[in-house]
Amino acid sequence: MRYAYYPGCSLGRSAWPYDASTRAVSEALGLELVEVDDWNCCGASEYFSLNKTAAYALVARNLALAARQDGLKQLLAPCSMCYLNLRKTDHYMGKYPKLGKTTNAALAAGGLNYTPGSLEVRHLLDAVVNDVGLEAIAAKVTQPLAGLRVACYYGCLMVRPEFNGSSFDDPEYPIQLDRLMQALGAEVVDFPLKAHCCGGHMTQISADTAFELIRRLLHNAAEYQADLIVTVCPMCQLNLDAYQPQVNRHFKTDYHIPVLYFTQMIGLALGMAPERLGVGGEFVSAAEALAKIGETFEVAPAGAPARRKRDEKALPMPGQKGEA
Amino acid sequence: MSERVGVYVCHCGSNIAGVVDVEDVSRWAGENLDDVVVSRDYKFMCSSLGQELIEDDIKKEGLTRVVVAACSPHLHERTFRRACASAGLNPYLFQMASIREQVSWTTQDKAAATAKSKAMIAGAVERVKLHQALEPNEVPVNPNTLVVGGGIAGIQAALELADAGYQVHLVEREPSIGGHMAQFDKTFPTLDCAACILTPKMSDVGNHPNINLLSYSEVEEVSGYVGNFRARVRKKARYVNEADCTGCGICIDKCPKKVVDEVFEAGLGYRKAIYRPFPQAVPKFPVIDRESCIYFERGTCKACEKFCPTNAIDFEQQDTALDLAVGNIILATGYDLFDSRKIPQYGYGRLANVYTSLEFERLCNASGPTEGKIVLRDGVTQPKSVAIIHCVGSRDKRHNTHCSAICCMGALKFGHLVMEKTGAEVYSFYIDMRPLHKGYEEFYDRLLEEGMHFIRGRVAEVTDAARQPGEEGKLIVQAEDTLLGMQRRVPVDMVILMAALQPRADAKDVGLQFGISCSMAGWFTERHPKLDPVATMTDGVFIAGTCQGPKDIPDTVSQGAAAAARVQGMIAVGSVEVEPVVATIHEERCSGCRICNNLCPFNAIDFLQDKAVSYVNAALCKGCGTCVAACPAGAISGAHFSNEQIFAEISGLLYDVVRGNGAKALLPVEVPA
Repeated sequence: MRYAYYPGCSLGRSAWPYDASTRAVSEALGLELVEVDDWNCCGASEYFSLNKTAAYALVARNLALAARQDGLKQLLAPCSMCYLNLRKTDHYMGKYPKLGKTTNAALAAGGLNYTPGSLEVRHLLDAVVNDVGLEAIAAKVTQPLAGLRVACYYGCLMVRPEFNGSSFDDPEYPIQLDRLMQALGAEVVDFPLKAHCCGGHMTQISADTAFELIRRLLHNAAEYQADLIVTVCPMCQLNLDAYQPQVNRHFKTDYHIPVLYFTQMIGLALGMAPERLGVGGEFVSAAEALAKIGETFEVAPAGAPARRKRDEKALPMPGQKGEA
Repeated sequence: MSERVGVYVCHCGSNIAGVVDVEDVSRWAGENLDDVVVSRDYKFMCSSLGQELIEDDIKKEGLTRVVVAACSPHLHERTFRRACASAGLNPYLFQMASIREQVSWTTQDKAAATAKSKAMIAGAVERVKLHQALEPNEVPVNPNTLVVGGGIAGIQAALELADAGYQVHLVEREPSIGGHMAQFDKTFPTLDCAACILTPKMSDVGNHPNINLLSYSEVEEVSGYVGNFRARVRKKARYVNEADCTGCGICIDKCPKKVVDEVFEAGLGYRKAIYRPFPQAVPKFPVIDRESCIYFERGTCKACEKFCPTNAIDFEQQDTALDLAVGNIILATGYDLFDSRKIPQYGYGRLANVYTSLEFERLCNASGPTEGKIVLRDGVTQPKSVAIIHCVGSRDKRHNTHCSAICCMGALKFGHLVMEKTGAEVYSFYIDMRPLHKGYEEFYDRLLEEGMHFIRGRVAEVTDAARQPGEEGKLIVQAEDTLLGMQRRVPVDMVILMAALQPRADAKDVGLQFGISCSMAGWFTERHPKLDPVATMTDGVFIAGTCQGPKDIPDTVSQGAAAAARVQGMIAVGSVEVEPVVATIHEERCSGCRICNNLCPFNAIDFLQDKAVSYVNAALCKGCGTCVAACPAGAISGAHFSNEQIFAEISGLLYDVVRGNGAKALLPVEVPA
């Protein structure tokens, strides 16, 4: 099984454990990922409301690059936002020929062109569950996640909108991640808010709004006594994990729920070393939860990529102090 | 001798004349088409005066062929054929050109419409000259009728026919007749109890000398044609001898095996392995459910047999097959309830106190599992607040696009019953209120008076995840109140889902079996949606009730009665004319390849083993022409659709090309540049 792979910006930095675990696990599961050569940012959630043509062209450039790579017909994205943007662009370029024309005109400036429908954009979870298959995965499990209570969190973008019923899971109440976690031996708790919003970038715009959305999710997971939350999206992971201490301060609560990627869970169940999967890179430590299945690991593992070096000729950012 | 053709162009008010220059068309036909001796246009050809015009011309001008250019033959072919016949002309020496449906309604371009009308009339004229006089066949009608489905529609139809003195075979799949209506508690808007009005009819069916009730039976095979159908019915083994059983019910009391009753109690109650779905069941004889019976599983038990005072239990009983000869068939096979699990965000199957509408009917019903007490899934606690969600699986692109027609009124009824029995607050979440029929709007007013709360908005989700104080331990219903323009979260103890009415899961197979078609969704298709709602395109097969589309009890009963009236009409006449427009196989050219046998959509072609040739049953043939086109030997000819007739029509349609005048020949003279 060979796929074009679009990691997206998050996986290069804050979500590096997602990238590390994805690469480790895909190898073990026989998913061959060919990274899209010279890919760029998908524009995330905001750009589409600022400049439509530029936003579509930004995404379409990735589609065009992936489509011209040798014979690849499927494009995998691990990040829900990237997945949505890629899928949306492919869908609307086909549905609205005018948009397709404008976008391709923009791409032509870079010598590129994309024919809508020539790639099938898929989420990593879709490929894992439906192409590898749960039985095949279960057969490879050496360290079942038995006794671990997990809340499966899908967020809002992976299965919505449906784009003519092409979602691989129920858009209102998805279950594929639940099935996967069960196949790994974990105990999946009921998590009614599984497809509710994590707040996305609202932490930057209106922190109070975002904190309330995050609190609901943490509260719901705690109510069902989940040991940890499993996510499929770097944005969800960041909000629930990195902002958890701030949410606790804001509401005077004391939640301590680690948030891991589903690829990390697969890796652990396949007996991989936690460090290789980036486990330990989370803010809210998963050490206590994972001790339930006998995993021990260094809290701050090596392997986090060094901060990108600034161009030596670059001028300092406003307010930047100290060493360049 | 050349034919004398009359051409009549209809204005259809402004329907045709608004787009087609009818005077020009009629003048052109009279001047240019060979053998046309009369050509007229008229405001409404279908009116008596229009018909008289044709009749007079046939008599005075000696017309031998008639062409009417008007609407679709579906509507008025019969009218004009009759006009021809009454003037002494064989009705099949007539042809219609559809210049309304196929011309004036499809375009605004007057020049093109006028040109196309001329071409179509030219085609009809060329064709009609080659028509042959045909005589319809007449077949007798068997006065017995098969009614399939013993819900209220089938019951009504059977009783109407039986009371009129005709023999009816009523086939019901379940052990008792009664259908969904027997499961209901009260009926809207009058709130009379469903059983009180239904059971008298059920016992009438059970006791009627003219009704042969075949419960726990299914139709397996249907053959034949209008007036002369044969149906094979499989009577499933009850393991209870109907001749000996008194219906005392001791066997049921003594049976040690209790299982969830997924059919009659909608999964909310229990029944024994030997059971009668409900106390007033007709027939009264119980049935042993082989799947759950201890004897059939382990080979011992037979408690029912030991205690039966009349030795009516028979574990050796086998399914039996019955062959019935009937003249007409009424299908009243009903509906299935939408599976609410398909909308997981409403929590059905996950959150205990979310009920379906059918479950709630049983909950509310005095003969139901709680004897009519409205309680939560724990079986004890009365709800203090109840939410009713409308349109669950209806008016939803992801599931069914249709409106299920009964849910608004059902929700009002439930609201009334909840308030009356428990005093709980009731919240109805609706998209639109649709209390359409007599007395319904008044019932809605009554519930507004009684204090039921109405929130306009489709529910986003039902959750047990509390967010605010007061929500703990409750089911929270979240919806956008589209009248207030804000999100609302209503904490309640119980949620009732008004699940959609859907076509039966096997509707398409049943349709195929009886030779009738279904809509894309699976509802049986009526002959005409407005003017012929209970007949189908297959003569002698009628439909009634919810198998045709969602409807309430009054509409269902009306259709049952209407279908019976149609059947009575067929029986009263005693014979039926069969269209002579059929295919004929020329035996000497048939190679016996049987390609046509399976292609025929009406099962009209048999294979004669002795002669090794295929044979068309004229009574079944609809003249569709599929076999004619498919026969590799050209051994089949379709009356009224011979090759010569079709080629003549085509050459007429290509008038301008054939005459070498180019495409402009048919256009009116003053064409704007």
